[in-house]
Amino acid sequence: MSLDKNGIARRIAKELSDGWYVNLGIGIPTLVANHIPEGINVEFQSENGILGMGPFPFDGEEDADLINAGKQTITALPGAVYFDSSTSFSMIRGQHVQLTVLGAMEVSHNGDIANWKIPGKMVKGMGGAMDLVASADNIIVAMMHTNKAGESKLLEECSLPLTGVNCVKKVVTNLAVLDILPEGGFKLIERAPGISVDMIKNSTKGNLIIDGDIPEMDI
Amino acid sequence: MINKEVKNAEEACLGIKSGMTLMLGGFGLCGIPENCISALVEMKVNNLTCISNNAGVDDFGLGLLLQQKQIKKMISSYVGENDEFERQMLSGELEVDLIPQGSLAERCRAGGAGIPAFFTPAGYGTEVGEGKEVRDFNGKPHILESALTADFAIVKAWKGDTAGNLIYKGTARNFNPPMAMAGKITIAEVEELVQPGELDPNQIHTPGIFVQRIFKGDKYEKRIEQRTVISKGN
Repeated sequence: MSLDKNGIARRIAKELSDGWYVNLGIGIPTLVANHIPEGINVEFQSENGILGMGPFPFDGEEDADLINAGKQTITALPGAVYFDSSTSFSMIRGQHVQLTVLGAMEVSHNGDIANWKIPGKMVKGMGGAMDLVASADNIIVAMMHTNKAGESKLLEECSLPLTGVNCVKKVVTNLAVLDILPEGGFKLIERAPGISVDMIKNSTKGNLIIDGDIPEMDI
Repeated sequence: MINKEVKNAEEACLGIKSGMTLMLGGFGLCGIPENCISALVEMKVNNLTCISNNAGVDDFGLGLLLQQKQIKKMISSYVGENDEFERQMLSGELEVDLIPQGSLAERCRAGGAGIPAFFTPAGYGTEVGEGKEVRDFNGKPHILESALTADFAIVKAWKGDTAGNLIYKGTARNFNPPMAMAGKITIAEVEELVQPGELDPNQIHTPGIFVQRIFKGDKYEKRIEQRTVISKGN
């Protein structure tokens, strides 16, 4: 069975290491915060200017001066800190954030990502995504394997305007975990429970590399 | 101490004219200069170029200036959540320059810090990098981005003193400090205005040297864009 959004988030949470600072994008990436493995301490950075972001506030305790980059009301954990946008992107550009998780509309097998614009249809802007993908060493894309029309979002080449080039290292979808190899190609690492290699092959348009037996995810 | 106090938003905005470039602090509706935006609507200045991370929502923030067609050009990183904005952009009434958020913040900071341009990896290989000088540093391509300044920078802080020193609250800080540095004239509106000496110099975020006019805002609606809460029962 393919994973739901929480399943994708749960699998990505297994990639977290103790002591990491992590930036989570809007959508599925936000859910990663709900699945942090026991014994792992991480701090969440939101690029509008907070480190040590906590869960949503209780009803009635929301503060208009305390939001995340998705403009949602949040709380701050003990030890949290606020800062301005320029300092925030110094943390990101300066590679002080160890992991970035973000959503995508398309990813190519050489690590290009498109997630900010559909010409003629949607122009909301890139927000902080271009700075994040251009700077982070460790970028995981969280997304569904195919779009609403059933077409693969893992491609040889992105068709939409790019957010960044050669930057994505790993993709976790509802069907699989794939590493993007430095020389290009989606290397299949794990299958979602009950999903066959053939199903993944049929849903992937870019170069898929299958090396030996592919284990099922342990989540 | 130099006294920078002005009576109200109207007095603070004196000298803002049609065709000028303005910077406005805030992220979404968090930390926006509500009182000055209202004053700009009243003043009916138009043909403005507004540098602001976002463009407000239809009926609040910069959306109020868009409604009155006072903005000619927006320089922003993210402009979702505003139907009137989208309509004006698609019809060509409004020019829009979309910039990566970190580059926008740094271009403002650089403008205030006397750094005319800098190289950043953000946007290389994308539309943003088209036509810009590319140079490799440490084996990685970077693009040249230029500094931004404004005729007026308008920021919102939590507390300030009449010397222009500012303290922000929570994530309402966001673009306010870098923009405060980059205005030829910087206007600060605050929730609480005190006398010099009442703020702890150790706690000040924006030194008063960057601020030319300061006033206490009449009222703050502080609208929340995405109210996300957990019910107490859970």
